[in-house]
Amino acid sequence: MEMFKSLIIILLSSVLVNNYVLSRFLGICPFLGVSKKLDQATGMGIAVTAVMLLATAVTWPIQYFLLDKMGLGYLQTIVFILVIAALVQMVELLLKKFSPSLHKGLGVYLPLITTNCAVLGVAINNITDGYTFLESMVSSLGVGLGFLLAMVLFSGLRSRIDETNIPRPFKGLAVTLIAASFISLAFMGFAGIVDALFA
Amino acid sequence: MKKNSSLSILLKGIIKENPVFVLILGTCPTLAVTNNVAGAFGMGIAALAVLVCSNVLISLLRKIIPESVRIPCYIVIIAGFVTIVEMIVHAYFPALYDMLGVYLALITVNCIILGRAEMFAGKNSVGKSALDGIGMGLGFTLALVLMSTIREVLGNASFAGIAIPFLEPYKIEFLVKAPGGMLVYGCLIALVYVITSGKAPLKKSFSCAGCPNAATCQTACTASAQPTEEQKGDAQ
Repeated sequence: MEMFKSLIIILLSSVLVNNYVLSRFLGICPFLGVSKKLDQATGMGIAVTAVMLLATAVTWPIQYFLLDKMGLGYLQTIVFILVIAALVQMVELLLKKFSPSLHKGLGVYLPLITTNCAVLGVAINNITDGYTFLESMVSSLGVGLGFLLAMVLFSGLRSRIDETNIPRPFKGLAVTLIAASFISLAFMGFAGIVDALFA
Repeated sequence: MKKNSSLSILLKGIIKENPVFVLILGTCPTLAVTNNVAGAFGMGIAALAVLVCSNVLISLLRKIIPESVRIPCYIVIIAGFVTIVEMIVHAYFPALYDMLGVYLALITVNCIILGRAEMFAGKNSVGKSALDGIGMGLGFTLALVLMSTIREVLGNASFAGIAIPFLEPYKIEFLVKAPGGMLVYGCLIALVYVITSGKAPLKKSFSCAGCPNAATCQTACTASAQPTEEQKGDAQ
């Protein structure tokens, strides 16, 4: 029960309180780039969640059973980025071969994710936070879902921005960032909610 | 000034092709570490060091690295230098190391570095690539320092940790928090557009054009970067 509770806390806090996009600024590029339409935002969000889970499932054992055992902790960054890049490529090839329909939906987003700082960030953070394997997986799931939530919310806002008349210098990225700032401000309201729920 | 003179290569990174405000590369660290000047300056210098080293090495190896596997090669080179910089910072500047945390390791996936490798170092001589790295790195550092100055002075009433007492009652605290970063960044992009009176090649919207992965993910990019009404209007 105690473990279950701690897992729920990790999940909720990584979705709402420590949302990677809105409060930690990881994965801003896809957040701004692929959030124009709802279907694309959803596709990207699901793909990121899947890759994060996969990346954590692979990098956690590598860190604890390979790098730490052999005293190679300083190679973390290089090993993680290579493993994640290779993994994403492999998943894309497998999807293309075995499930073309899924590849059509999600596959196009996969190469974008290879060098995404949110994926590398969650892999490294799980190690620095000292999570167990189960906790790491739950935290990756939460971060992925938080990313999906932010993308979906923001794509709704983006479609409204596109229809309004904005002063010339603010057109494009400037107004997008300011809109993102307001969503982030709204998410700040979640600070403390997790502690309050389980107090 | 000749288009390809050494000086123009050095200077273009600072103003004309400023990686942060004009090329819109490396948004993540820009937003994350600019809530205080010291951290932003440290981040800028760390990125500058990695950028110069990786630009030089990639330029040296540009005839050896096969075209098809260049991106993985670049990533390995960059990750190597990032690890070296990370160890140096950890050993000699522990306070900075704690301040930057995971963002230091994440220089590896900073678009500026891979972007310059792909756009410049992979095609130009060693000397030019080194200058390009210095210019871009300085541009990045200056942009970070500018942004963090605005955020820290207005948001925390201090500069590089030194308190400015008379601003204390007027500080706008949310500027040093996450939303403030995006707000200031958005306003600065608009400001740069006004200052350059629209001459800076302002991105019409965030597209994959500056992204080093663009080549590997054409499908996703074309899917997401279909011109909107706004862009069509701009093109006319």
